[in-house]
Amino acid sequence: MAYEITLLTIIGINLILALSLNLITGFCGQISLGHAAFYGTGAYCAAILTKAGLPFPPALLAGGVVAGLLGLIVGLTSLRVREDFLAITTMGVGFLFLGFVRKQSWLGGELGVSGIPAPGLSDLGYMVLAIGIAAAVALFSLYVRRSWMGFAFDAVADDEDTARVIGIGVAGYKLTAFALGTALAGIAGGLYAHYARIIVPDTFGFTLSVTILAMVVVGGIGSTWGVIVATVLLSLMPELFRFVNDYKLLLFGGLLLLTMRFSPGGLAGLTRETWHRLRRNQGRNREQVDDGTAARS
Amino acid sequence: MTAPLLALEDLRVRFGGVAAVDGASLTLEHGTFTGLIGPNGAGKTTLLRLIIGIVRADNGRIRLDGRDITKLAVSRRARLGLAMSHQIVRPFRSLSVLDNVALAAGRRRTRDPLLSLLHVKRSTERARARELLDLVGIGDAADAEPAKLPLGYLKRLEMARALALEPRLLLLDEPLAGLNHSEAHRLADTIAGIHQTGTTVLLIEHNLAEVMRVCRRLVVLDQGRVIAEGEPRAVMADPKVRAAYLGEAPHAAA
Ligand SMILES: Nc1ncnc2c1ncn2[C@@H]1O[C@H](COP(=O)(O)OP(=O)(O)OP(=O)(O)O)[C@@H](O)[C@H]1O
Ligand SMILES: [Mg+2]
Repeated sequence: MAYEITLLTIIGINLILALSLNLITGFCGQISLGHAAFYGTGAYCAAILTKAGLPFPPALLAGGVVAGLLGLIVGLTSLRVREDFLAITTMGVGFLFLGFVRKQSWLGGELGVSGIPAPGLSDLGYMVLAIGIAAAVALFSLYVRRSWMGFAFDAVADDEDTARVIGIGVAGYKLTAFALGTALAGIAGGLYAHYARIIVPDTFGFTLSVTILAMVVVGGIGSTWGVIVATVLLSLMPELFRFVNDYKLLLFGGLLLLTMRFSPGGLAGLTRETWHRLRRNQGRNREQVDDGTAARS
Repeated sequence: MTAPLLALEDLRVRFGGVAAVDGASLTLEHGTFTGLIGPNGAGKTTLLRLIIGIVRADNGRIRLDGRDITKLAVSRRARLGLAMSHQIVRPFRSLSVLDNVALAAGRRRTRDPLLSLLHVKRSTERARARELLDLVGIGDAADAEPAKLPLGYLKRLEMARALALEPRLLLLDEPLAGLNHSEAHRLADTIAGIHQTGTTVLLIEHNLAEVMRVCRRLVVLDQGRVIAEGEPRAVMADPKVRAAYLGEAPHAAA
């Protein structure tokens, strides 16, 4: 039972993390290869604060706020660069974060932060908290998608210049996506820190950034349900196959590239296509007419 | 004396070695309907992109109602009442035809990113979008994906989307391209109707027959500068204009 609780807690944290990146990359179309830095910011921030005596809930929130502010700054730089360069910029942010944290003695340097206080919940309670926040983030994502914010995000992701021409302040929307997404990543980080009770810089490296992006892309960029399914699957992989841990970057990076090359819509896109093909075939069998106009909607 | 709706003063833009717009000045009074013509590569599209702000001027000023908007962001200009339809169509490919227009119709909802999160309902904007699609004659394609539509439809989608912004100045870049004779005739009438309701229109069009029919005033651009303007028939009789078109028969001059 303890093992399942651990696993579910990790899945909950990963879900928050992947859905937070989906807001930025999936909804608003801004690629990020440095999302782990914001997760790390939240983790360090919350850990330092609870160690200094602050209760867990405000520390968790503070981690989210600090990560969101950092995200806002990175978002500001994203306004200056074109899409392809954004990948490199955010990757750079990831490496900068690691380089910075490693050299700070007050953050424990290479050894990280240990002796992080217990959050004051049972393991089961903590699992419920993680899954609960993940569910809230999922509901929030579904709502954003339906709102006018999601509507405008679609336009920004699709064609920035044309979005501007119809009066959409592209910069404001990008900054909103970055701030929201990175703040949620910071919350995930705080949750992780108080679950692991010890954090080291290496956890928040490039491999993790690629893993999170793989969860989003494999699930289907922008599809909340797709990302949830992919996150659960990819979170289980290292548990089911121990060797995965040694080849994470290779495996998740490979999955990422394969999906982008062969099925850009990810699992969500595949499901949609299969569903339509099935329905088309059924229609054909029933009515024996060739329905060449069946549209992918 | 009130300022003209739009005043362009000595605009210049270079792309590498090419002077696309080379000292163009132009004034549009409130409520006017002006045709902008000129040979291929004259700089018409670039001039429109300067007005809307997608292209930045190397030199010169743009004034809207007397206010200098030369450095204003594109989205701010749109909210001040400028709208444009692209020559090279640019639909949002991830949205249906209807939602392409509805999104523009909801410009008050999208004005502020944070407030946009408070609204979900799209029915008012979609109803308005449906009206506009009917107005330009593509109501039958409302639920289609733009990627699957022919050029004539996408051109009219561009126009419906621009209209959804309820602009004070409507900038149209070859809206009749890709339409057959009777479709072009009907859409030109629609544009004239929009002008009648008080919208100022600047229309780039190679279809001279329709331009001569609906526009009250003609401006001719050649090599990035205005070489003639005034009453359409007088302008077309101008030897300078004839020379500019020499060796390049005007398209579809029926
Ligand atoms: N983005 C660009 N980069 C480089 N050159 C450009 C660019 N846009 C336009 N030009 C050049 O500027 C000149 C004017 O082009 P523009 O598209 O404004 O002409 P136009 O009058 O609209 O022509 P057409 O009637 O063919 O649409 C052309 O020589 C064109 O090649
Ligand atoms: Mg042109």
